[in-house]
Amino acid sequence: MNLSGVAVLAALLLLWELSSRSSPNLRSYFPPPSEVTFVLFRLAFAREILGHLTKTLERFLGGYLLAAAIAVSLGACLGYFRTAHSLFGLLIELLRPMPSVAIIPVAILLLGIGDAMIVGVTVYACAWPILINTIDGVRSIDRTLVDTGRTFGLGRWRILREIALPAAAPYIATGLRVSLPIALILVTTSEMVVGGSGLGYFILDEERSFRTKEMYAGIVVVALLGYGLNRLFIALEKRVMAWHRGMTAKGVS
Amino acid sequence: MPILQVENLSKSYRQAGGESTLAIENISFTVNEGEFLSLVGPSGCGKTTLLMSIAGLIAPSAGRVAVKGAEVAGPPRDLVLVFQEYNKSLFAWRTVLGNVLFGLEAKGRPPLDAEAKGRWLIRLVGLEGFERHYPWELSGGMQQRVAIARALAYEPEVLLMDEPFGSVDAMTRLELEDGLLKLWKELGTTILFVTHDIEEAIYLSDRIHVLGPRPSSIIHTLDVGLERPRKQMTTRADANFMKLRNEIYRRIAPRLPSGW
Repeated sequence: MNLSGVAVLAALLLLWELSSRSSPNLRSYFPPPSEVTFVLFRLAFAREILGHLTKTLERFLGGYLLAAAIAVSLGACLGYFRTAHSLFGLLIELLRPMPSVAIIPVAILLLGIGDAMIVGVTVYACAWPILINTIDGVRSIDRTLVDTGRTFGLGRWRILREIALPAAAPYIATGLRVSLPIALILVTTSEMVVGGSGLGYFILDEERSFRTKEMYAGIVVVALLGYGLNRLFIALEKRVMAWHRGMTAKGVS
Repeated sequence: MPILQVENLSKSYRQAGGESTLAIENISFTVNEGEFLSLVGPSGCGKTTLLMSIAGLIAPSAGRVAVKGAEVAGPPRDLVLVFQEYNKSLFAWRTVLGNVLFGLEAKGRPPLDAEAKGRWLIRLVGLEGFERHYPWELSGGMQQRVAIARALAYEPEVLLMDEPFGSVDAMTRLELEDGLLKLWKELGTTILFVTHDIEEAIYLSDRIHVLGPRPSSIIHTLDVGLERPRKQMTTRADANFMKLRNEIYRRIAPRLPSGW
């Protein structure tokens, strides 16, 4: 927590607060932070927003974890087995640059309007960075490492599980880190499109009803959710990847 | 009692242009159980290719390798290769103990006393106290010792070593040589050792095969015959040591490409 960072944030909030209070026009679009905060607490105590938060979190976890499971397994195989890579490489190169939100209408057709669609879209979006990074990671492991596994009598699958995946872990971690905000974006966007529940829906609904303070409160909650998830990820990564952290600090590749 | 038999082994590689280069040509020799045999040759002569073929990691172009009479088709169960580049071979995500335990787990379910065995091996290579360190935290010589301990944990009948001390400094090398001899005496494992260092080969081995430059074949064989235990100070000063060294060097030197 650096003091100068906090100071900048405080200064901006103060600027917003003062400008908002001085102009009635501005006030309707940008209500003062103090009033937003007040509304935020009211919503929290009324539990309404917590219900939406829980819904969003559930969909996030479902989509993100499912994407991770699928993409890491698939990526490991595609990275490890040369034939698989030559077969699917082109397909990946074509699909990968497409913005994932474009898939929302498709998801609605296939999965209807509801949790399945939201999780489906999220899985699709998150999977790509994790997949690409996993493939890269597995492909880049040194031949000597694989030969080491072989000289100890390990078969291809054991080498993949016990040597290739751990060796590729730094790359996989990068993919997982990049996907985290993507998952949250897709969940909230889908919630806006599909409606019903969740923070995305809440934010849009409040906007439509001209309840701007509530809308901002929703945005703040989403921001805090993203921040919290990110910090949690960093803490977990620190523990699991301690071995790698030390290596790179020393300047070893 | 031969434990390893190499018969008419050849290996050629196809180059980018389409033509093939012969790396090793028609190599045959046997390794007796419990002996310390070295292969000495100039750099680039195909020693690594030979060792990788024996280890079943590359398929030879011709000839066969047999371990305890059984022909080798892939990495044989009773053999383990220690690589020269320990930093590319050790598992960075495992601790020293973790790496050594891998050797115990490789053949299947680890024994119940796996951890005790692992610690014993770590003590044997002189790394007691470093069990929970990660490889990157250790010096080069120490890392290679971890790799050796890991290989020994596998309990191989034959230990293949590909210039294992090539990537460490000269002083550490002497230390590792003595350490290896101690291990060899203690465990009785058969060792097939590859090096470009003539004196190292003489110091360590019972017998030496000298390899010529590409295409490599065995150009000379000798029995070392120096008494054991070998000592850095006395053995290397022995008159016979020098004689052997010159005998080998004479055979390799004229065949070296004269660059300078």
